Amino acid sequence: MASQPNNNLTLAAADLACIRDDRTLFSGLAFSIGPGEALLLEGRNGSGKTSLLRILCGIRLPDAGRINWCSEDINRLGADYHEHTAYVGHRDGIKLDLTPLENLAMARALGKPNDTTLEEALEKVDLYGFEDVLTRNLSAGQQRRLALARLLVTDTALWILDEPFTSLDVHGIKVIEELLDQHTSRGGMLAVTSHHAVNLANTSIQRINLSELAA
Amino acid sequence: MTSDSLLRAFTLLLKRDLTLAMRHRAEMINPLLFFVLVTSLFPLGIGADPKLLQAVGPGVIWVAALLAALLSLEGIFRSDFEDGTLEQFLLSSHPVSVLVLAKILAHWLITGLPLLVISPLLGVLLGLPGDAIIILLVTLALGTPVLSLIGAVGVALTVGLRKGGMILSLLVLPLYVPLLIFAASAVDTAAAGLPVTAHLSLISALLVLSLSLSPLATAAALRISLS
Repeated sequence: MASQPNNNLTLAAADLACIRDDRTLFSGLAFSIGPGEALLLEGRNGSGKTSLLRILCGIRLPDAGRINWCSEDINRLGADYHEHTAYVGHRDGIKLDLTPLENLAMARALGKPNDTTLEEALEKVDLYGFEDVLTRNLSAGQQRRLALARLLVTDTALWILDEPFTSLDVHGIKVIEELLDQHTSRGGMLAVTSHHAVNLANTSIQRINLSELAA
Repeated sequence: MTSDSLLRAFTLLLKRDLTLAMRHRAEMINPLLFFVLVTSLFPLGIGADPKLLQAVGPGVIWVAALLAALLSLEGIFRSDFEDGTLEQFLLSSHPVSVLVLAKILAHWLITGLPLLVISPLLGVLLGLPGDAIIILLVTLALGTPVLSLIGAVGVALTVGLRKGGMILSLLVLPLYVPLLIFAASAVDTAAAGLPVTAHLSLISALLVLSLSLSPLATAAALRISLS
C-alpha cells in the first residue's frame, strides 16, 4: 500500500484507439486519472473494456494514441511503469497448486514489496486460516479474493482491475470496495471495469461508457 | 529495482516451479520414462549385435533425449499462460528475461538433469565403451541446457496458439540439428578413441550462444504472444 502520498502522479491517455479483427472498438478516447481518482469503464460485452485495460497495463499496444504516466510514454517506461501498477485481470493470475501464502510470496517478489505481511493481506480479504490449503481447494469467490490480495502486498499507485467482483458474494464485494476506497484515500488510483455497481464513498469516479463511443 | 530483490524474485520463481513440479510428479517423470523406453526398445528392434548397437548407440541416445525434451517443452509456459500468471511476470518490475531464465533453469532441472543422471545406464545397455560413456555424459551436460534454452523461444512464440504443438516441433527441431550432429559425433569419435576437444568446444559455444540470446528472445516472444 502506498506509504507516502503520491501527489504528483498522473495517468493520461490521448486519442486512444483499439481495432480488433477490423472492427474499431473505440477511437479518439482521452482521459486522465490523478491521485485519489477512479476510472470506471462501462459498456456492453465486447465493447473493448478488457482490451482497454490491457492497453493501460502495457500488455497490448494501442492501435493509435498514447498513454502517459507522469508525461512519459508507458511503453517507453516499461518496468519503471510496471513498478507503480498492479493488474488483476479476467484470469486470477494465481497458481491452483500453490497455497495462498506461496502465491502471495511470489506476487510480492515480482513487485516492490511494502510492509504489509502476507498474513495481514490474507486477513484483509477474509482468507485468514486458509493460508496452507492448496488454492485448488478454495471456492471460486475465495480464489478471486486471493487474486485481489495480490494488490495489497506490493507498493503500487495504480490498480487496474478487470471485473474484480466476479464470483464474490455481497459480503466479499463490500470487503473489496472498502479496500479500493482505502487505496484511493491514500492517494492511489483505480481503473476498473465492472458489471456490478461500484460504491466508493470517498472516491471521485470518472465514468466512460465504451458502447456509446463505438464508431 | 535493486539486484537484491531481483535475486530474490529469481530464486523464489525457481523454487515455485520446482514445488509445482513436485506436486505433479507424474508429469515430471513422463519425459524420463519416454527417454528410457525409446532407448531400450532399439536393441529389441534392430537385434542385439554388440557392434551394431555400439555404432548406433550415441545417435539413438541423443535422438531420444531430443524428443524427450520436445515432449516436455510446452510445460515451460503453457500452464502459466492459462492461469494468467504469465501476464503477471510481464508486468513485473523486474527484467522479464531474468525471470524467463529462472523458468528455463527450472525446466532443465526438472527434465534435463534426470536424463543426464540415467544416461550412463543406457550407455551400458547399448554396450558403449567407458570413454564414450563419459563423453556422452559431458555432451548431455552441455547439450540438454541448450535444448531447454532454444525450446523456450519456440514455446514462447506458440503459447498463444490453441494448437501450437505441431508448429513448435517444426520451429524448434531444425535448431536442434547442429547440436545433435556435434554431440552424437563426439560420442562416436570418443568410442573410436580419438580426441573430441573440437566437438566439445562447438557444443560449449552453442551453450554460451543460446544462454546469452535465448532469455532476451523468449521475453520478446512472450510479449508478442500475450499482446
